[in-house]
Amino acid sequence: MADGKIVETKIPPIRNGTVIDHISNGQSLNVLKILGVNENNIDSVISIGMHVPSSKCNSWKDVIKVEDRELDPQTVDKIALIAPEATISIIRDYYIAEKFNVRLEDHIVGLAKCSNPNCITNKGEPIDPEFIVEERCPPKLRCVYCDRILTNISDNLL
Amino acid sequence: MDFYDKDLVSIRDLDREHIESLLDLSEEMIPYARGEKVERMLDGKVLGNLFFEPSTRTKLSFESAACRLGCSVIDVSEMSMTSISKGETLADTIRMVDAYCDVIVLRHPHEGAARLAAKFSENPVINAGDGAGSHPTQTLLDLFTMRKVKGSLDGLNVVLVGDLKYGRTVHSLADALTMFGAKLTLVAPETLQMPDDIYHHLKEKGCNPKKTSTLEDVIGQADVLYVTRIQRERFPDPAEYQKVAGTYRIDNTMLREAKSDMIVMHPLPRVNEIAYEVDSTPHAMYFEQAFNGVPVRMAILRAILRGI
Ligand SMILES: [Zn+2]
Repeated sequence: MADGKIVETKIPPIRNGTVIDHISNGQSLNVLKILGVNENNIDSVISIGMHVPSSKCNSWKDVIKVEDRELDPQTVDKIALIAPEATISIIRDYYIAEKFNVRLEDHIVGLAKCSNPNCITNKGEPIDPEFIVEERCPPKLRCVYCDRILTNISDNLL
Repeated sequence: MDFYDKDLVSIRDLDREHIESLLDLSEEMIPYARGEKVERMLDGKVLGNLFFEPSTRTKLSFESAACRLGCSVIDVSEMSMTSISKGETLADTIRMVDAYCDVIVLRHPHEGAARLAAKFSENPVINAGDGAGSHPTQTLLDLFTMRKVKGSLDGLNVVLVGDLKYGRTVHSLADALTMFGAKLTLVAPETLQMPDDIYHHLKEKGCNPKKTSTLEDVIGQADVLYVTRIQRERFPDPAEYQKVAGTYRIDNTMLREAKSDMIVMHPLPRVNEIAYEVDSTPHAMYFEQAFNGVPVRMAILRAILRGI
């Protein structure tokens, strides 16, 4: 990859768009949910690799390639919540124009709602839900208000 | 730590040193709580009791604590009615109440309400129970009672029995006892055991609580038996409730297995978890525990409104 060109055999390279790599095994469908793609709004090619061998640590990963789309920072932050080790490559004309790791902040504001239905943050108060990241891989988030651990992160993303 | 002008939302906000300094101050407050000494150290201050659900004991105990120190009390709970009926947010209600008093005591049915109130209030907020969340002043008075009777919390063998799943008092109590190196035994029917996330939190803190559903097996080792009420409405089947409630009923027969200096505590009100015959034994500590709510809340008010 010294020349910056993507070497990937199973999933075809894309010309322009985004490659989300090193997604935690099994999380690709949840990442798609974050990207907000459904059968009615796709107008470009999306390739998904599930259970792909990872060179990183002898394990498995998922990969997603989305053509003709670059991700906004909030989407990237949400991906970090379910796939904290994911890398994002922006591809322009077959070359990696930019590559970075998603970043899971210590303090998460407004990206997910609390899974405790009786939490004050789910009662129409003028505040954003807030979480402290207690563990990073897999992420374990504690609600700043009710002190509960957020269960099922992907179902509670905002 | 300086408690002056600080909120008291969760026992997790305090470390061992903070708690000990509050317990020491509570000890000093006892003669004032009994009316043997009088000093209006909070003269001119105003406490606002904002209760969104009834809890007469907690409210009265705060009132008594405030009055003993010369702090005036206004009951702003009526605002909770109007705010609910008008669909006002808690945030707005708090902003209003904040203008009327120097400290807000809040009881609310939703978890996290006190943290939210603390965010919107300029003045300090004391959490008097938020849903199934925390109730730090109850925890402090429980710790105070144990320390007072047993001399120290370190290494104390505390058996928590009853509804450990929904009982809010036992969650923060278990948390705090862990901080003091107490040994915990959790006695509950499978369906009412301590929630996993709290159990793991205790383990992470270095406590290795023993879980069981049989009180008879562990009562002999207990220094403190902390009993909580099992609510009938937790059981869809009344017969199932009767079975469980009967299993954990503390009476003199059950106490035959206990150490002679073992104390029985209960946050009250009790329904039938503790037989009346226990009241006259030296084990019964629940009425003293209830009284301790006053000096402990005096210490909290003093620390927050004047500093320690
Ligand atoms: Zn919450």
